[in-house]
Amino acid sequence: MTAASQILIIVFLAVGLLCVKPLGLYMANVMEGRPIWPLRVGAPIERWIYRLCGINPALEMGWKQYTLALLVFNTLGALMVYALQRLQLWLPLNPQHFANVAPDSAFNTAVSFITNTNWQGYSGESTMSYLSQMAGLAVQNFLSAATGIVVAIALIRGFARHGAEAIGNFWVDMTRSTLYVLLPLAALIAVLLLSQGVLQNFSAYKDVTTLETLEYQQPKVDAAGNPVKDAQGNPVMENVTTRTQTLPMGPIASQEAIKELGTNGGGFLNANSAHPYENPTALSNFIEMLAILLIPASLTYTFGRMVGDTRQGWAVLAAMTILFLVMVNVALVSEQTGNPLVGKLGVDQTVSALQPGGNMEGKEARFGIAASSLFATVTTGTSCGAVNSMHDSFTPLGGFVPLFNMMLGEVVFGGVGTGLYSMLIFAIVGVFIAGLMIGRTPEYLGKKIESFEMKMSSVAILVMPFIVLFGAAVGVSVAAGQAGVANPGAHGFSEILYAFVSASNNNGSAFGGISANTVFYNTALGLVMWLGRYWPIVAVMAIAGSLAAKKRVPVTSGTMVTYGPTFVVLLIGTVLLVGALTFVPALALGPIVEHLMLWGGSHG
Amino acid sequence: MTSLFRPAIVLFVILSGVSGIVYPLVVTGIGQALFPRQANGSLILKDDKPIGSTLIGQSFTDPKYFWSRPSATTPQPYNGTGSSGSNLGPLNPALIDAIKPRIDALRAADPGNRAPIPVDLITASGSGLDPEESVAAADYQAGRVARARGLPAARVRALIAAHTEGRLLGVLGEPRVNVLELNLALDALK
Repeated sequence: MTAASQILIIVFLAVGLLCVKPLGLYMANVMEGRPIWPLRVGAPIERWIYRLCGINPALEMGWKQYTLALLVFNTLGALMVYALQRLQLWLPLNPQHFANVAPDSAFNTAVSFITNTNWQGYSGESTMSYLSQMAGLAVQNFLSAATGIVVAIALIRGFARHGAEAIGNFWVDMTRSTLYVLLPLAALIAVLLLSQGVLQNFSAYKDVTTLETLEYQQPKVDAAGNPVKDAQGNPVMENVTTRTQTLPMGPIASQEAIKELGTNGGGFLNANSAHPYENPTALSNFIEMLAILLIPASLTYTFGRMVGDTRQGWAVLAAMTILFLVMVNVALVSEQTGNPLVGKLGVDQTVSALQPGGNMEGKEARFGIAASSLFATVTTGTSCGAVNSMHDSFTPLGGFVPLFNMMLGEVVFGGVGTGLYSMLIFAIVGVFIAGLMIGRTPEYLGKKIESFEMKMSSVAILVMPFIVLFGAAVGVSVAAGQAGVANPGAHGFSEILYAFVSASNNNGSAFGGISANTVFYNTALGLVMWLGRYWPIVAVMAIAGSLAAKKRVPVTSGTMVTYGPTFVVLLIGTVLLVGALTFVPALALGPIVEHLMLWGGSHG
Repeated sequence: MTSLFRPAIVLFVILSGVSGIVYPLVVTGIGQALFPRQANGSLILKDDKPIGSTLIGQSFTDPKYFWSRPSATTPQPYNGTGSSGSNLGPLNPALIDAIKPRIDALRAADPGNRAPIPVDLITASGSGLDPEESVAAADYQAGRVARARGLPAARVRALIAAHTEGRLLGVLGEPRVNVLELNLALDALK
């Protein structure tokens, strides 16, 4: 590891952590409806919205009604995204005349975007119209992020309130988190990205005349567009000579901003944030990484503020930051070491002032090893899933990091809202285990943790490993699952495992070699994304409702302290034990055996 | 439950309109007003015709040009409408099979050069459209380009140095060279 890469990590974390208090405080004020100036300015708009909706903003909901409203609202989003894709050929803003998306792919994408996953089985620049992108996908980038925020806020209110029936008004919470938090921040980030070269237009794709003439072969097609085959059934190739390069266009910057800010991750273009039109410079890359971290990290302060003890929030943030630092350095060292098989060919993989060295397959020159490893850790520790390098081509241990980050349940800062509520569930489990060990009644933030909370916490935590392992087992067992694999051996197993881990945790990144735009993967991963999102949400909401109704237990000398180093260690231990032990056998079959083969020489 | 339908539908329509129509249009307005070149693709014009983008790489095979990094897009390299990496794993024999011919081509074009080849010059980028390469990758090719053009090597190296972009504020990004801009500068030399 080089000094330059360590400085990058330190600068990144420092800038990110400096934003935590101001943004966290702002979000607490917004969600508590305090009369700060943005809310005063927006008050007439809010009133108009509530009147049109026919709701009384002062009327709060119990957890069941809140959850039901959330599910109905999210279902509408899925229907809209599905409809836009299925009808895009006949709708405006489709200058490339892209066909309507197939039903299985449209279903997968609809579920993918409402669940904040943004797994992409399709290639953006050759599939989606501008309308589908901005009015379908980008809208869900906002609304799925807002959904995450309101669930986290509801859980916080569960801790903060006592003897209360209600946990908030879903419509008001959605409106405020979208209008006052997501929209202004996204607009600011979009303008910053524009200045760096991210596109924002509605033009048709542009042809440019290249400097050199390019000769290549492509499969020959007949007049009807079907591939021509020879007598043996092999595709006939034809020679093409061209000096034309077609460049994609579109309203990318507006979508790119919320893609990162909402920890969504769905790229406008196939190569996602590796594409120079999505992420053109080192500075745009820094802004994108920061945008991913911003809300998940800041919500820990919002939490501390709203429960009336900011130390509680800092403790959660400390646990996240420690896990993050370990993971990013594992990825960094592994990628910087490079690939011994490539080194044997007389290739220079050493890092120097003139080159990044290391494993550069699937990485961009402007990001090199450091910014690629850092981005990979940020995007999988949170539930973002945007990529600026191809995780499939990472070294075994470099690829282990994104996989393991997701297996922890996306709590290394985590997704917008999801990261905080998932971490608080781990905290509940942690104090329960600690309470058992020392013989005290488990309490967290003045609330007794009883059997209902423990049942719901188990439900929220265990659904993910269950659907991951079950899904991956089916994937490797059936022919339709095996057919998608691109790389042989242990790495192929990792591709299937990664797909199910990513979908279950609503991350959306991939070991991208896998061919997932098939009926099997579109359906299986669609179901897994849906379960992985809403099952924990319902359990978390039930906990929120139950906690809100409880009385506050007075703090005594027997109360366990839930801030400070001891609690941070307990929290990290719980995450590692509960979240990760489940996956050790699977990891041994994938990246670990691959690492041993790469360095042990059994590859021949 | 039916009492939820009206607020759900109306709020969905309003928030969709704001975030899906108004927001991208406002950003488009700002972009076209403040950053028109960037918002429209950072195109390079020659006689008012676009000959490329500073952000999108092109394929080069002529010894008198600097070669770009390998591209895994299909069917042709640097396919602007099909961005993609190779997604080859580190142990996949296809990775080595893809790298070997690239090494052979570089060696064949410059038989006297025995220096180890910089890794980014023989590995495919993540997007398949990488407009840049490391300074080491450009330096490696300087001798070949100078010979093919009958230029002094020092002149070509000076051109690389003039086109080198360092780390921003000494922290962000990697030192690198934009290949298309460098080649255009070569063609402009008299």
